Amino acid sequence: MLEAKEISWNQDHKTILQCVHFHLLPGECVGLIGPNGSGKSSLLKILAFLETPTSGQLYFQGQAVPKSVPLSIRRKIAIVFQESLLLNTGVFDNVAMGLKIRGLSKGRIREKVDFWLEQFGVSHLAKQSARSLSGGEAQRVSLARAFAIEPDVLFLDEPFSALDAPTKEGLRIDLAKVFKSTQTTTVLVSHDFKDIAQLTSRALILLNGQVLAEGPPAELLKKSHKEEVDRFLAHFST
Amino acid sequence: MEMIWQGILAALRLLLTGDPEVIDITLLTLKISGTGTFISLLIGIPFGTLLALKTFPGRRFVLSIVNTGMGLPPVVVGLWVSIFLWRSGPFGFLNIMYTPTAIIIAQAIIASPIVAALTCAALQQTSPKLRLQIQALGATRFQYLWLLLKEVRYSLLAAIIAGFGAIVSEIGASMAVGGNIQGQTRVLTTATVLEVSKGNFDIAIALSIILCLLAYGATLGLTLLQQKQQGGP
Repeated sequence: MLEAKEISWNQDHKTILQCVHFHLLPGECVGLIGPNGSGKSSLLKILAFLETPTSGQLYFQGQAVPKSVPLSIRRKIAIVFQESLLLNTGVFDNVAMGLKIRGLSKGRIREKVDFWLEQFGVSHLAKQSARSLSGGEAQRVSLARAFAIEPDVLFLDEPFSALDAPTKEGLRIDLAKVFKSTQTTTVLVSHDFKDIAQLTSRALILLNGQVLAEGPPAELLKKSHKEEVDRFLAHFST
Repeated sequence: MEMIWQGILAALRLLLTGDPEVIDITLLTLKISGTGTFISLLIGIPFGTLLALKTFPGRRFVLSIVNTGMGLPPVVVGLWVSIFLWRSGPFGFLNIMYTPTAIIIAQAIIASPIVAALTCAALQQTSPKLRLQIQALGATRFQYLWLLLKEVRYSLLAAIIAGFGAIVSEIGASMAVGGNIQGQTRVLTTATVLEVSKGNFDIAIALSIILCLLAYGATLGLTLLQQKQQGGP
């Protein structure tokens, strides 16, 4: 579905990513985990075509992605950031935004928005202003907005990190259910191994802009890796 | 004190009986300042958007000029527009000096930097992450700009209020390029000054009351719209 070969990225004379290889199969949910500043969010932005790598090549659905990414490719992905980033309008309109941008009919938009608000348990908020929502509600609306466009690849950039523990847990459970029913191809960035273990089938550990380990989350904890990887994973082994 | 009361009573009489000249002046003022504000939006919003979202050499210098333009003295604008529209000036062939069109041009020049600077400030205050999110939703360039401008719509309403307020109350430019010709270019501000100079305080007070009501009415309408959309109390 998505492949990145030898991706490097420098910014302000600083190396953020070094020769990263990445691939994503259809229906797969892959996690990117690492401490703050490890380059995981930068890699996500490059994979989601929001930044251009200094070197390396991206392939989407088997085709090399040009530097100026065509709208037809950009419209096949969706992103949810750490902050919900809702527009200053109603909840319904926020979820409908990506669909309106794609020129869907009013009937189709209503159908899809109602469905995805229901899936994330926020149907009752449809008529409310986005500004009146709590953090957890806003992030549910943000996820509904992303799923509503039925992306070929979904990118989640630390979607739970701004939430308190009970809200986070509830949302993680609901998201796992949605993943199970939709089989959406996803890249999930997190610094919490619990998110990765619960939601992904494969994870990449990034440290200092390099992928230092890769595998199913449970196996990553069992195996021995480079010293710095083991030191990072030691935080989660208990 | 008696003169003031007499003036206010005469003003109320003029207002209540619907003096035709006063009505004509009021309607012309609305037409000129309304058109001037509209043109300033057509110039100011795209220019403010460009300044807020594009980086180019000299951008900060241009922005400082636009910000300075917010305090542009109307009489200076009137002087320069007069020079350009004067019979022997570069645009003298248009023959629009001392016409409502000349006043509209001058007023649009006064309001445009206000609208541009406030649009720019409003857009610069939006979160860069929100801009990234709009792009990530798959918006075209036009959809991206439209959604961003919609996001700052309350600030844009404030820009309209500020622009209209600045030009409906100015006198220097209207006097210089309009000439205060009765029935043609006489607006509320120039008419008020004329009546004061003639000692007709009743008419002057009546005109000033209308001017204040006009400025307040337009501002009230826009403020109510702004607060209603924002969900204010």
